[in-house]
Amino acid sequence: MAKTNFVITREDWSLHRKGEIDRQRHREKVREAIKKNLADIVSEESIIMHDGRKVVKVPIRSLDEFHFRYDFGKQQHGGQGDGNSKQGDVIYSDPQQKQGKGKGAGEEPGVDYYEADITVDELAEMIFEDLGLPNLEQKKKPEIASEAAEFKDVRKKGIASNIDRKRTIMEVIKRNALQGNPGLHGITPEDLRYKTWETTYKFESSAVVLAMMDTSGSMGPFEKYIARSFFFWMVRFLRTKYNNVQIVFLAHHTEAKETTEEEFFTKGASGGTRCSSVYKLALEVIEKRYSPQDYNIYGFHFSDGDNLSSDNENCVKQINALLEVCNMVGYGEIEGPYYYTSTLRNTFKKIQNPKFTCVTIRDKSGVYPALKKFFSQTQEKK
Amino acid sequence: MNQQKELSFLEEAMENISAKAREFGLDFYDIFFEICPADIIYTFGAYGMPTRFSHWTFGKAYHKMKTQYDYNLGRIYEMVINSDPCYAFLLEGNSLLQNKLIMAHVIAHCDFFKNNIYFNNTSRAMVESMAAAANRFREYEFKYGRAKVESFIDAAIALQEHVEPRRLVKKSPKKAEAPKYECRHRKKETPYDDLWSLDEQGLFECNTCAYPRKFPPEPDKDLMLFITQNSVELEDWQQDIMSVIRQEMLYFWPQMETKIMNEGWASYWHLRIMREVELDEADTIEFAKMHSGIIQTSRTRLNPYSLGLRIFEDIEKRWETPTEEEREKYGRPGGEGKQKIFEVRAMENDSSFLRNYLTKELVNDMDLYLFKKMGYDWKVSQKEWEKVRDGLVSSLTNCGYPHIVVEDGDFNKRGELYLKHYFEGDELDVFYLEKTLPHVFTLWGKTVHLETRLDNKQVLFSHNGEKGSKKFL
Repeated sequence: MAKTNFVITREDWSLHRKGEIDRQRHREKVREAIKKNLADIVSEESIIMHDGRKVVKVPIRSLDEFHFRYDFGKQQHGGQGDGNSKQGDVIYSDPQQKQGKGKGAGEEPGVDYYEADITVDELAEMIFEDLGLPNLEQKKKPEIASEAAEFKDVRKKGIASNIDRKRTIMEVIKRNALQGNPGLHGITPEDLRYKTWETTYKFESSAVVLAMMDTSGSMGPFEKYIARSFFFWMVRFLRTKYNNVQIVFLAHHTEAKETTEEEFFTKGASGGTRCSSVYKLALEVIEKRYSPQDYNIYGFHFSDGDNLSSDNENCVKQINALLEVCNMVGYGEIEGPYYYTSTLRNTFKKIQNPKFTCVTIRDKSGVYPALKKFFSQTQEKK
Repeated sequence: MNQQKELSFLEEAMENISAKAREFGLDFYDIFFEICPADIIYTFGAYGMPTRFSHWTFGKAYHKMKTQYDYNLGRIYEMVINSDPCYAFLLEGNSLLQNKLIMAHVIAHCDFFKNNIYFNNTSRAMVESMAAAANRFREYEFKYGRAKVESFIDAAIALQEHVEPRRLVKKSPKKAEAPKYECRHRKKETPYDDLWSLDEQGLFECNTCAYPRKFPPEPDKDLMLFITQNSVELEDWQQDIMSVIRQEMLYFWPQMETKIMNEGWASYWHLRIMREVELDEADTIEFAKMHSGIIQTSRTRLNPYSLGLRIFEDIEKRWETPTEEEREKYGRPGGEGKQKIFEVRAMENDSSFLRNYLTKELVNDMDLYLFKKMGYDWKVSQKEWEKVRDGLVSSLTNCGYPHIVVEDGDFNKRGELYLKHYFEGDELDVFYLEKTLPHVFTLWGKTVHLETRLDNKQVLFSHNGEKGSKKFL
């Protein structure tokens, strides 16, 4: 029989980049999709509760490759046991909603949707792209200083890693030309040029944010979660965008008190609601520590609006007092499963001050629009 | 080991292995082996072919496979391409022993490509055609814009599984009967008029009343071809993209419908061949480890390698040394084991392979079952061997894709496209369906409909380019 014809080779594949290029395009699409879905992603549990992990998983449905297919969950599928399987044996359980997403043995049948990995920082960058602190005024004490290193100088001495190749080569050519032997050859130490940075300071007005939250008994897990999501991004936003924004956390039910950031988000409380208490405390804090002359002051309050009705008038009064000293006051009302006819929001409709912003959040996807509404820089131009 | 040396070792081993394979009666094309780094192998794995056109979905697949490899969760050792000569890519860093096993495996795949009837009509020059198509697609990108081409490909691949691989099979004469509908202008003049209809291929056009002649005359399963030929929306370059994607699907289809057989066959032969190759102690252990990794079973999916291997071995046994009963009942003389498995590898595809050769003993021995979702749990729902076999066969029907046909290409007399799902017991994924219809609209340019069955009721989903709707029929 004739000998088999075969060839075994090893080629240079280093220029074969197709997979990488399409992978890049896929990444771009993931980013586009995330941007489009920020409203849903912003309040993803896995992010708000991301406990320090750097990478979070974000479900992206628009990058599924849609086609006509059977409903996987309604079909029968084939499997193979170890020899003793019986009818009714449970071979896999879907992670149930709400519970921790402990991944099983990696044997889950058919992953239903596509999840992209993204770092919290990357996500934050996208969310914060067009947010800013509104109504910022020049105050006496310009405390906020963001420090930035900018490469704007070229010197003859420097760090080897910062060599400016283009300028160095230009020097070589120039020198050679001057010496009557034009061309690119022989680099001498005198030809070397280095890029060097200068530190620049950016002065901005100082700002303080008063984060106020209702922690009364009527604030259920959903309401708290919404408020928490909002403050999570707000804190993150303020801390990434500005170096020296101070944040004061005030929690209240019938009485208000100042808490630490951690307590603010984790501690549950109970009891009735008297929103004016927190406004009063806010006014006190401002009076004692943050003079409106020196600071831009922003107050944000989240509640389910189930306020003691006798307190409502008082609230309006206090809010008006706050508005006199603050650049902006925001009130976010979280509409829970119960509908209250007379909520704080209805009372606040009387307030006509442009510095006052009021939003209603009905579900998780309302957090992002709320952020946008509160922190839109263009507001002052309106 | 330096690279030159490695190549010469491999060549020597291949010489040996291919000689053994020929002794066993395997019949294969010439083979080009190429040793590639991991990212290249994974690129090929994602694209199905090194020269295929560029699209983000391949990038997504590549990213997924590459990540698994990087985290050591999965590994492709090789990749074979159905062409003449065959191309096979070996992963750089495979040990010599791994490569020996892989070469034996590859040879058997190659034999399968060459001899299985379902591969009869696959183009053996697909590497080149795909490269040419990829070049044209790139030109379209320059000409019409990258985004436009990309989103058109998005739409086209949404329907890519809907081709008719059996188009070349002659229709039975029954299908060409006279049209079932009648029109009053069609008068019978002689008792023999029905003879004429044999020539008419089921088409009767009445010039007087524009009798609703059906379009297409018979429901057409090849949505890709039907749309390519009949959509008024498509420009030349778009028709080209459609037909390329259809051709490539037709090329891959036989591989999809013989996955179990093909992998079973290759596993069967790498075992047999490696047993004939001299191995030292360490190699024997490595070989056993690798082989058992390949045939490892899973509770939630069938491993085609091990299922195929077991069935081939069982067929061989039953035809080589039949039981008394089999001798008498089926007149099997015995000693025909090898001959039988070569016949099976030539004539069957996965569904007929399982239907004909997955026996009660095998189902019980392998502990095969069907499972389904009940609440949050996936539970074993069927253990009875015939039901298990039939369930597996039906899940392989049409490669596991729903059977959808063009029922009417001129629905409502407005040129709308009416698709119909032939319901066979499994419901469609409604979320996916509603997201797919807009893609069909992109291709057809007019309102599209899909009739299917949900909860025992016929439902019609429609999309008019702006929004979708759903109604019960």
